[in-house]
Amino acid sequence: MPEVISKAFVALLLALCAAQATAKEAAPEAADPALEARMTRITAELRCLVCQNQTIADSNAGLAVDLRRETREMLRQGKSDEEIVAYMTARYGDFVLYRPPLKPTTALLWFGPAAMLLLGGTVLLLVLRRRTRLAADAFEPDDDEEAGERNDPAAPTTPATPAVDPAAATARP
Amino acid sequence: MKRFWFLIPLAAFLALTVMLAVGLKLDPREVPSPLIDKPAPKFALQRLDDAGKTIRLDDMRGKVWMLNVWASWCVACREEHPLLVEFARKRVVPLYGLNYKDQREDAKAWLARFGNPYDASLFDDEGRVGIDFGVYGVPETFVIDQNGVIRLKHIGPLTPDVIATKIEPLLKKLDA
Repeated sequence: MPEVISKAFVALLLALCAAQATAKEAAPEAADPALEARMTRITAELRCLVCQNQTIADSNAGLAVDLRRETREMLRQGKSDEEIVAYMTARYGDFVLYRPPLKPTTALLWFGPAAMLLLGGTVLLLVLRRRTRLAADAFEPDDDEEAGERNDPAAPTTPATPAVDPAAATARP
Repeated sequence: MKRFWFLIPLAAFLALTVMLAVGLKLDPREVPSPLIDKPAPKFALQRLDDAGKTIRLDDMRGKVWMLNVWASWCVACREEHPLLVEFARKRVVPLYGLNYKDQREDAKAWLARFGNPYDASLFDDEGRVGIDFGVYGVPETFVIDQNGVIRLKHIGPLTPDVIATKIEPLLKKLDA
C-alpha cells in the first residue's frame, strides 16, 4: 500500500513539474530566430502597460502579445529600432521606455538620487568636521562594561542606563 | 537663528511625508496620454452590427464626438454601462463604441442585454485601432473635436463625477 501512495506522490510531482513547464513566461514564436531575437531585444526595453512591472517581451497580457505581433510586422517591413520605439512612445508616451530620455520633466528622476547623495554626504561631512573640533567632554562617555553586556547574547535587551564614569571619560583622547 | 536649527530635520520629515502622501494618491495606471491634442489616428472598421458597412475617421469630420472603448469580456465596462446609457439619452454628442478584441456575437448579445447607448460600434477584433489609440485599460473614453483632434482621454470606467466635471464642461466649450 505505501508503494502505491509513493507512486501516486511521484506522479503528482511530475504533473506539477509539467504544469510549471507550461507556465513559463511568454514563449517566442520560432518562425524566424533572427527576427525573433531582434523583436525580443527591442520589446525587453519596453514596459507592458497592462502589467506595469513586466516588459512587453515577458508579458503574456493580451496587449503585450499584440504589441509583439506589431513589432514583428514592423521589423518585417524593414523598420529600424528607433522607428519602432517612436511608434510605441507616440501611443503610450515615454512611460513605456524602461530607460526614460533625459528631458526637463525627467531631470529629477535622473539627477535626484545623485543630488540626495551629495546633500547627505555634505551634511555628514559638516557634522563630522564639527565634531572633531569639539572637546572630548562634549560627548557622553562610553562604558566598556556596558558595551560588553550588550554583546552578551544571554543578557536580556534591557534599555541601557547611561553610565556615569568620569574616569573612563577622561581617559579617552 | 542657530537655535531653530533643530527644526530642520522636522521640516525635512514633513516634506517627505507630504511627498509620500501625494505619491499614495497618484494612480500609476493613469499614464498621461501623448495623444491629447493630437489628431486622432485614422481608422476604417466594420460596424459591429453590419460587417458590410465601414466607418472611417473622416466620416466624423466637423462634429464633436465621443469614442468609448468596450468589450463584452470587460467587467469594468458593465460597471460604467448604465451611465453611458443615461448619457446617450441626453443626446449631447454622438457616442461611438470601439468594440475591442471581442467576438461579434458576444458583443451583440451584450448590447442586447444591457442596452445599446452607441450610435454605432466599430468592430476591432484584432485590437489594431485600439493600439493606435493607445488603449491599454478597457474601458477608455475619448472626446474628439470638430477637427479630429483628441481633446480628452479617460482611462477606466466613467463615473458621474468624471462626466460632470471633465466631459460635460469640455463638450460645452467645444460646442461654443
